Amino acid sequence: MLAYVAKRLLSLVPVLFVVTIVLFLIIHVTPGGPAASILGLEASGEEIAELNQELGLDRPIALQYVSWVGKVLRGDLGNSIFMNQSVAQAIREHAGPTLSLAIIAQFIAIALAIPFGIWAAYKRGTAADFTLMGISLLGMAVPGFLLGLFLMLLFGVHLQWLPVAGYKELSAGFWEHVKHLILPGLSLGTIQAALITRMTRSSMLDVLNLNYIKTARSKGLRESGVLLKHAFRNAFLPILTVLGQTFGTLVTGAVVVESIFNIPGLGQLILNSIARRDYSVIQGVVLVATLLYVGINLIIDLLYGAVDPRVRLDRK
Amino acid sequence: MRREQRSLAIRRIGGSPAFVAGAAIFLLLAALALFAPWLTSYGPYDMKVTERLNAPSGTHLLGTDEFGRDLLTRLMYGARVSIGVGLVVALLSSLLGLLIGVYAAYYKTLDHVLMRICDGLVAIPGILLAIALMAALGASALNVVIALTIVFTPNIARVVRSSALIVKEQTYIEAMRAQGAGDLRIIWRHIVPNTLSPLLVQASFVFAEAIISEAALSFLGAGVPAPEPSWGNILQASKLVIYKAWWMVVFPGAIIVLSVLSLNLLGDGLRDWLDPRVKGKRT
Repeated sequence: MLAYVAKRLLSLVPVLFVVTIVLFLIIHVTPGGPAASILGLEASGEEIAELNQELGLDRPIALQYVSWVGKVLRGDLGNSIFMNQSVAQAIREHAGPTLSLAIIAQFIAIALAIPFGIWAAYKRGTAADFTLMGISLLGMAVPGFLLGLFLMLLFGVHLQWLPVAGYKELSAGFWEHVKHLILPGLSLGTIQAALITRMTRSSMLDVLNLNYIKTARSKGLRESGVLLKHAFRNAFLPILTVLGQTFGTLVTGAVVVESIFNIPGLGQLILNSIARRDYSVIQGVVLVATLLYVGINLIIDLLYGAVDPRVRLDRK
Repeated sequence: MRREQRSLAIRRIGGSPAFVAGAAIFLLLAALALFAPWLTSYGPYDMKVTERLNAPSGTHLLGTDEFGRDLLTRLMYGARVSIGVGLVVALLSSLLGLLIGVYAAYYKTLDHVLMRICDGLVAIPGILLAIALMAALGASALNVVIALTIVFTPNIARVVRSSALIVKEQTYIEAMRAQGAGDLRIIWRHIVPNTLSPLLVQASFVFAEAIISEAALSFLGAGVPAPEPSWGNILQASKLVIYKAWWMVVFPGAIIVLSVLSLNLLGDGLRDWLDPRVKGKRT
């Protein structure tokens, strides 16, 4: 197992190297260079040169990269030009709402998807199965931000059941907090729910055809026991992978959904930074989100290895 | 024999309801975009202040926007931008992905370099990479194409590479090499044609993804800038008038869903058609 962990960790090195190169270079593809972009059209050559010096952009590019990565490794993501605070601080302040939203969306996705998936597999080939699969196909075709607008229109504007937009801290009370995140959570979680439903169904179908399920049934076990205790446990591994992958997508998908519902998370931070040309913040947020995404996938992979010994034997 | 095969193939794909429905819806949308000037008497930029935010009616079938512009007209012209961006991104990333995938599969040293770059690019969440690129490049339709091509190419390259690797290991390729066939000939005459079907399927999904991404970017204000209509920036405007004008949300939203759904159906149909296991079952 240790060798597997080490190998998996090592494989991340080139990935992270490329990620840092790409994110580092993004700043440098701005037309006219970042300093000119930040200062705007009316800036004089002197002002641009001054800012370049201040930002360290006048040094050779390789040197800039090395010093940037060195700082990142120490947790220093640079400073926001506009907000007068460090990027790390800004990210910490905005991470809470994004994380809350992602967790609620994941909860919604699992709560919908796993029962539906099991049901569709159990009722395979019937109208119930076709309906569920049809809905999930539609769920995958509706992007989160669009669903968000639809939900906002229906439940916020017309029915007025839930707040149209906004965000309340957890300190304002659990229900207040959750209430503001239900619509965003639904808009974010539906695509994941659709994916997980399909995955659950197909992975249940694989298992339901196996002989030990027939044995369980012929022993006279109740159908619910066969489905949940015998079949689902073995069908869970592929579902676990999808869960991990979708949680990563949730964190990043949150960025778009936040902007619809005015949630002051990382998404809003990055969008405001685009308007202010605050490049170090954009770089920082994307880097942190990527690390989170890569980290979650790593954990899932390791879990997979821990749960299913075949995985780590295969890859040795 | 070949003609027979071809007619059989056409009949088979014609018999796939998913493919036919997808193709029909998509062609309809494309026709609306293409023939927009002949289908509507309004222009996409014609403002009429007295007709601001009018609900759907006989004069404005889908209503008007906050500047009194005809929404149906804006959506039809917007389709040119949105479908256009999607199509160009699908074509460009297919071409680049094909080159990268095939050459990576064929030359081992190149493989290490190219695939590590692809791994890195794939590790960055797509929409965030696109947002960051748009922030650096500046908002414009061309830059959306550039950003999304960078985002989607690695996925296609991986798909092409994996099918090219299988072809490369076949005995007949070895035989060709033994007969003295050059690399270029082997790659372009024998490997490339065999990677085209998975590429085609993948391209149809990238097409759909690119339409969604363009809409998301424009919706966030980092894509195609107003007043040029795109489905995304029409939706962006709708958010501000959501209390007053439901049609500004529902119709652009529906057209995006329809286009994505149709492309997904098309892709599914193509995959079923090209997948040999399904082929075996139906013939």
